[in-house]
Amino acid sequence: MPRFRHLISIDDLTREDIEYILEKAEKFEDVARKGYSDALKGKLLGNLFFEPSTRTRMSFETAMKRLGGDVVNLNTAEVSSIAKGETLADTVRVVSEYVDAIVIRHPREGSARLASEFSSVPVINGGDGAGQHPTQTLLDLYTIKKESNLGNLKIALVGDLKYSRTVHSLIRALRLFDATIYLVSPESLKLPGDFVDELGEVIETDQISEVIDEVNVIYVTRIQKERFPDPEEYAKVSGSYRISADTLQNAPDDLIVMHPLPRVDEIATDVDLTPHAVYFRQAFYGIPVRMAILSEVMGYE
Amino acid sequence: MSEGLLIQKIKDGTVIDHIPPGKALFVLKILGIDEKTDVIVSFAMNVPSRKMGRKDIVKVESDVGEEELNKIALIGGNVTINIIKDYRVVQKFRVNLPEEIVGVVRCPNQSCISNSNEPVEYRFRVSKKGIRCHYCGRTLGDEVEKWII
Repeated sequence: MPRFRHLISIDDLTREDIEYILEKAEKFEDVARKGYSDALKGKLLGNLFFEPSTRTRMSFETAMKRLGGDVVNLNTAEVSSIAKGETLADTVRVVSEYVDAIVIRHPREGSARLASEFSSVPVINGGDGAGQHPTQTLLDLYTIKKESNLGNLKIALVGDLKYSRTVHSLIRALRLFDATIYLVSPESLKLPGDFVDELGEVIETDQISEVIDEVNVIYVTRIQKERFPDPEEYAKVSGSYRISADTLQNAPDDLIVMHPLPRVDEIATDVDLTPHAVYFRQAFYGIPVRMAILSEVMGYE
Repeated sequence: MSEGLLIQKIKDGTVIDHIPPGKALFVLKILGIDEKTDVIVSFAMNVPSRKMGRKDIVKVESDVGEEELNKIALIGGNVTINIIKDYRVVQKFRVNLPEEIVGVVRCPNQSCISNSNEPVEYRFRVSKKGIRCHYCGRTLGDEVEKWII
């Protein structure tokens, strides 16, 4: 029996569920790299993307195909014609009769939960508006496990902590692992009070330099221009949260820098060549993690 | 002015008492009592009360299910229910918020899927800080009343 039928929110998982998936992902890593398995041979995945996310879609497609399965896509370009006026509930009812599992990406929060209630097959949330993106969180945790240490973790979350759904989900999951969390953000993009309350002990600062010696992981997120009415203010703020090789000059060797990508300029390209940069490997880890999730919901041990 | 004089006793039905002052209208809304109702309903607002200073009372001359009545707990306070049979109180209880509240409160998050034309009802679960949308996870605290349908 699969540990879960649908994957909608990271909050639905226990620490044991997460550890199980991360271990399963590890077993798939060789296949993920350049290999092939027939674990999901004959199975068909339906990618329902109601808004563009090439990276997430490609990575699910890659994971499915490396496991011997195949994929059918409903792309944004088709959404407007196929699903004009049709409810999501109806679309999901129809498509779930065609395929063995569904990945859904949709601009509205709660859409994946709703889809799971109308689908006859497992539903995986590939991002629902400002809501949840649990496979991103799982691949972040996998990256930390592989490149650093999930036990006794000290992690600094840097940048837009107010709006970043990636950060909010990651925080929820990190609580299960008793991580020490450092919050580094400008005043206007601080983590919402509700979250801070939930966290209990937390260290807040607006200076990256104050935490570099303290942490194992720096997780950088993009500060979006749209959040600032004043372009000068944006330039000033985003500049002061930029990580460069200089910023990391005196950092301990085993400090890792993560980023959900795509980056704009919050991590300078000169960091790419340092041993601290793990964000491209982090993106790759999306494949074994999604393989683990796909095989789990489709019943492959 | 004593309480009994304001609304006369009812023979059979439900008395909803100790409603926080001014909130009787929300109680009617929660119970779905509107201009189309054909049952006898009387209510009083800002009645002097020994315990509360002031309170509202609603009397409905019909059977209202306990499940329906418990939804009244959304407005807070210590609302009590008296079930009346033949002018006598046959049952008395405090309302108790059910674990799931379906179709009573609208989700304030405009981009929540439950605010689109999908064939689902608004669905909330009780959480530590109030009630939480089953779909998008938005938590509603003190401002619940504003969103009663």
